[in-house]
Amino acid sequence: MIVVGAGVTGLSAAWWLARDGVDVLVLEAGLIGWGASGRNGGGCSHHHSPLFVEEQRLWPLMDELLGYPTEYRPDRISIDLTEHQVSIDEKVVDEAAWYGLRVDRLDPQQVRDVVPIAGDNVLAGYYYHFGGHANPHRTLQAYAWALKNLGGRLLEHSPVLSIERQGNRVTGVRTAQGLISCDQLVIAAGPHTGELAAQLGVEIPLVTARAEMIVTEPLPLLEVGGVDGNGLYGRQTLRGNLAYGGGPHEWVDLRDVSRNRAQSTPLQCNIARRLAELFPKVAHKRVIRSWAGFIENTPDGRPVIDRPAALDNVTVATMSGVGFGLSPASGHAIRDLVVDGRCSFADISSFSLSRFAALEADWQNIQGWLPLPSPGV
Amino acid sequence: MTKPLDPDTYYDPASVAGKAPPVSDETDILIVGAGPAGLAAALAAAGHGLRVTLVDENPLPLETMGEEVPLHFGGRMGAAVANRNSVLQTLLDARPQIAEALDAGVDVRLGTAVWGLFPQQRTTAWIEGSIAGLADEDKASLLRFRQVIVAAGRRDMGLAFDGWHHPGVMGVSAAHRLATVYDALECKRAVLLGSDTQALVSAHALIAKGVQIVAIVEQADRVSADPALLDLLVAQGAQVLSGHVIGEARADARGVQGITAVAIDGAGRPLPGVATEIECDTVLLGVAAIAAIELVEAAGCRTSFQAGRGGHVPDIDRAQRSSLPFILVAGDCAGTWTAKSLDDAIARHEGRVAAHTALAALGVVTPPPEPAPLPDGPVFDVAAIRAAWVRASTVHARNEPYVCLCEEVTASEIIGQQPPRYLQWTPADAAVQSAMTSSLPNPDVTKRLTRACMGPCQGRRCREQVATLLGISAGLSVDGIALASFRPPVRPLSMRQLGQVEETPQMFGHWDAWFDMPSQWTPFWLCTGQQTVARRPTGTTHTPPVEG
Ligand SMILES: Cc1cc2nc3c(=O)[nH]c(=O)nc-3n(C[C@H](O)[C@H](O)[C@H](O)COP(=O)(O)OP(=O)(O)OC[C@H]3O[C@@H](n4cnc5c(N)ncnc54)[C@H](O)[C@@H]3O)c2cc1C
Repeated sequence: MIVVGAGVTGLSAAWWLARDGVDVLVLEAGLIGWGASGRNGGGCSHHHSPLFVEEQRLWPLMDELLGYPTEYRPDRISIDLTEHQVSIDEKVVDEAAWYGLRVDRLDPQQVRDVVPIAGDNVLAGYYYHFGGHANPHRTLQAYAWALKNLGGRLLEHSPVLSIERQGNRVTGVRTAQGLISCDQLVIAAGPHTGELAAQLGVEIPLVTARAEMIVTEPLPLLEVGGVDGNGLYGRQTLRGNLAYGGGPHEWVDLRDVSRNRAQSTPLQCNIARRLAELFPKVAHKRVIRSWAGFIENTPDGRPVIDRPAALDNVTVATMSGVGFGLSPASGHAIRDLVVDGRCSFADISSFSLSRFAALEADWQNIQGWLPLPSPGV
Repeated sequence: MTKPLDPDTYYDPASVAGKAPPVSDETDILIVGAGPAGLAAALAAAGHGLRVTLVDENPLPLETMGEEVPLHFGGRMGAAVANRNSVLQTLLDARPQIAEALDAGVDVRLGTAVWGLFPQQRTTAWIEGSIAGLADEDKASLLRFRQVIVAAGRRDMGLAFDGWHHPGVMGVSAAHRLATVYDALECKRAVLLGSDTQALVSAHALIAKGVQIVAIVEQADRVSADPALLDLLVAQGAQVLSGHVIGEARADARGVQGITAVAIDGAGRPLPGVATEIECDTVLLGVAAIAAIELVEAAGCRTSFQAGRGGHVPDIDRAQRSSLPFILVAGDCAGTWTAKSLDDAIARHEGRVAAHTALAALGVVTPPPEPAPLPDGPVFDVAAIRAAWVRASTVHARNEPYVCLCEEVTASEIIGQQPPRYLQWTPADAAVQSAMTSSLPNPDVTKRLTRACMGPCQGRRCREQVATLLGISAGLSVDGIALASFRPPVRPLSMRQLGQVEETPQMFGHWDAWFDMPSQWTPFWLCTGQQTVARRPTGTTHTPPVEG
């Protein structure tokens, strides 16, 4: 069994498979989590997803299941400074009701009571008794170490260059070290999933975008670290740093993704300003780093987890920007597809490739998901 | 510079299209750093009808110095640094060429740091041209430039020993800066740790400012610098302790009071009973001069470990050009070696060459200068020297000093990739612990796992030590260990200050927490069976922030 990609999706899938006693080898082009998985906001709250219930069931168990800390913490708070922001939260409240989940509406004073660094500009707040956040780096390593403890293997600096097939079956993958044969293949290569699947005649519509985040020096710990608002998402780490992102993304050409490290830009100024507005009492605290990551996106923004019909032993998985939080559940779903042929715990038909059957050939232009003209330095 | 967006093409309104960062100012040639190299570059670039802007972060805000940024000042800033006007005058007196540059029409901005260089590249195409992020004491702004000469100088490698966290342990370049640029170094009796030419040259300058160098502690069995330089220091009363490291620095509330130097064996282990007590108020870290490459590396210039230039430096050609042709590098930031430390003519020469290259790129032909001299031989094995220091001083320290002082991480925690102590995590069993090793150590991975290098000093005091420790534990030479990446802002800046670069109306008009893709947030129970077709967003739904 070969898994291509040591992001959270590939590692979680490999770990789930290894728990079943499957002999797994993960091949990673760079290092563990070198893609979006090591550069994200750590949010674990995807109530719109069919994997949500499993995501919520698993996160509180992950430290124990993996044997290593993930820094998972439950719950989210959203702080609104404008009426528009309030209207967005009200939509989430309606959706939470579908599950019967608890949401507390907070008045400005209640917001300041739970989030003492919030200011006088608060209009309203929402305490979501679901979702949460975790540390992406720790989670990635936890998957990798747990995989190793179950006998699974991981090769870094080993990009898959091509895929070998005979008829409807993939027989192995080619790396710089040579051909490695396999009985089953999982492609979980983030933005590169489409490119690899295309070698097998499987089309996965996917465009890559760059997004960025900032991190501050440590502050005293908040009661609930997952506080969003003012157009930002993020978390306070257990060390106390604020790690936040938001704002416009940049569509990029996939060919440039492998050649360039994802770099942050002066957008960090805008994120810093919004964070200072969200937490005015700590506006004097310093930003000490920023970073950017490349994110995979399908035309409807929903994941693809599917077994392409034309092939007997291939599973493709790409998460379209919501992959970190869902990873405990996406790995489980992939394991189910590989071993049992169907997902045992959720209806994931909305993740199927067949939903793109009517997609226009020029969908990327229609949606305007286009890289900007550049001098091509 | 940039092709305007095609009016007939539809661009995702939630993306960066049409939202270029607000630039408040423009220049043709930006020069970062008003030391010998930067000043020479500025004077050579001036007078050709182009706009030349020279920025230097000195005088630094006191708070920044207190964070040990950009140098390890060790709390030895005298009261004078709080008076910006007098510091400014001292700086102008110390560097008369600043006044010359002003006279030559250079736009000189002191007390201004460059915290990021942001070139337009294929994956950052929304930036128009190349932009520098500037910050003075309380403002931040963006400046567009066409060519930049980075002459950001050097800093000192940190080296952990028991008690190195005390005030009074500081970089030798930091002491040199405080003494010569600020006239505000609080130090009477100092012990110098390390003995390469750069360290001894700095020590001489400190003596001229009234500092007594009481001892030179060197792990190797002899001093590596020019013997004449050493003899002069000895003549001034310095005791030379080769084959020694600092076992401990003792301190009271005001800082260092003395050190214990311990003799070491060939493997760097302390020899029992061979210790020397020395009274001093300061320890000067002079084990290695590190090129201040954070700006150029973060901008995307290629770097490599070049022993002849003292470690990781940007790859440059004879025209001082980095791998990004509009970013030029000069002075210590391009690396240091013996001859360059002894005579700043080489740094100035590099500055002039860089200015010529920048002018030529902008269409101004000047007589070509000779290329600047290259590093001389014989080359020291910089990697082995660093490993020897770290092994003897840090690995064999008795009380496990923190290597990363901001995040309080010890050498064994770094080598063992241990989660930080505040997680209070202990492995369930030996197998769980033993899985936590890597055959291919990488400092960026170590940073993420142990948090070493992740504090407010931005890894300035520990990054070389972390890389060296990883090399030691994996049996690899430090030059084989990847360089941990640098990230803007390369100076810590408050959210309030960074946030002074405003959101343009275009950005304010369409800012979304995530991608603003309505279908992404359609609950699954509403989307079963539906075919996906391409859609332009209707209205601005804006995604729920809780989803991030
Ligand atoms: C700034 C930012 C913030 C985010 N915030 C959140 C959040 O709060 N919550 C959330 O759930 N999600 C968030 N995301 C999205 C999330 O990070 C991604 O959806 C998720 O990490 C995708 O994981 P993955 O494993 O599928 O892909 P990736 O992380 O991209 O991993 C794919 C891996 O495959 C490797 N690879 C590619 N090609 C090959 C090849 N040929 N051979 C071998 N290996 C190959 C790559 O090197 C990479 O390591 C955010 C992303 C970013 C950038």
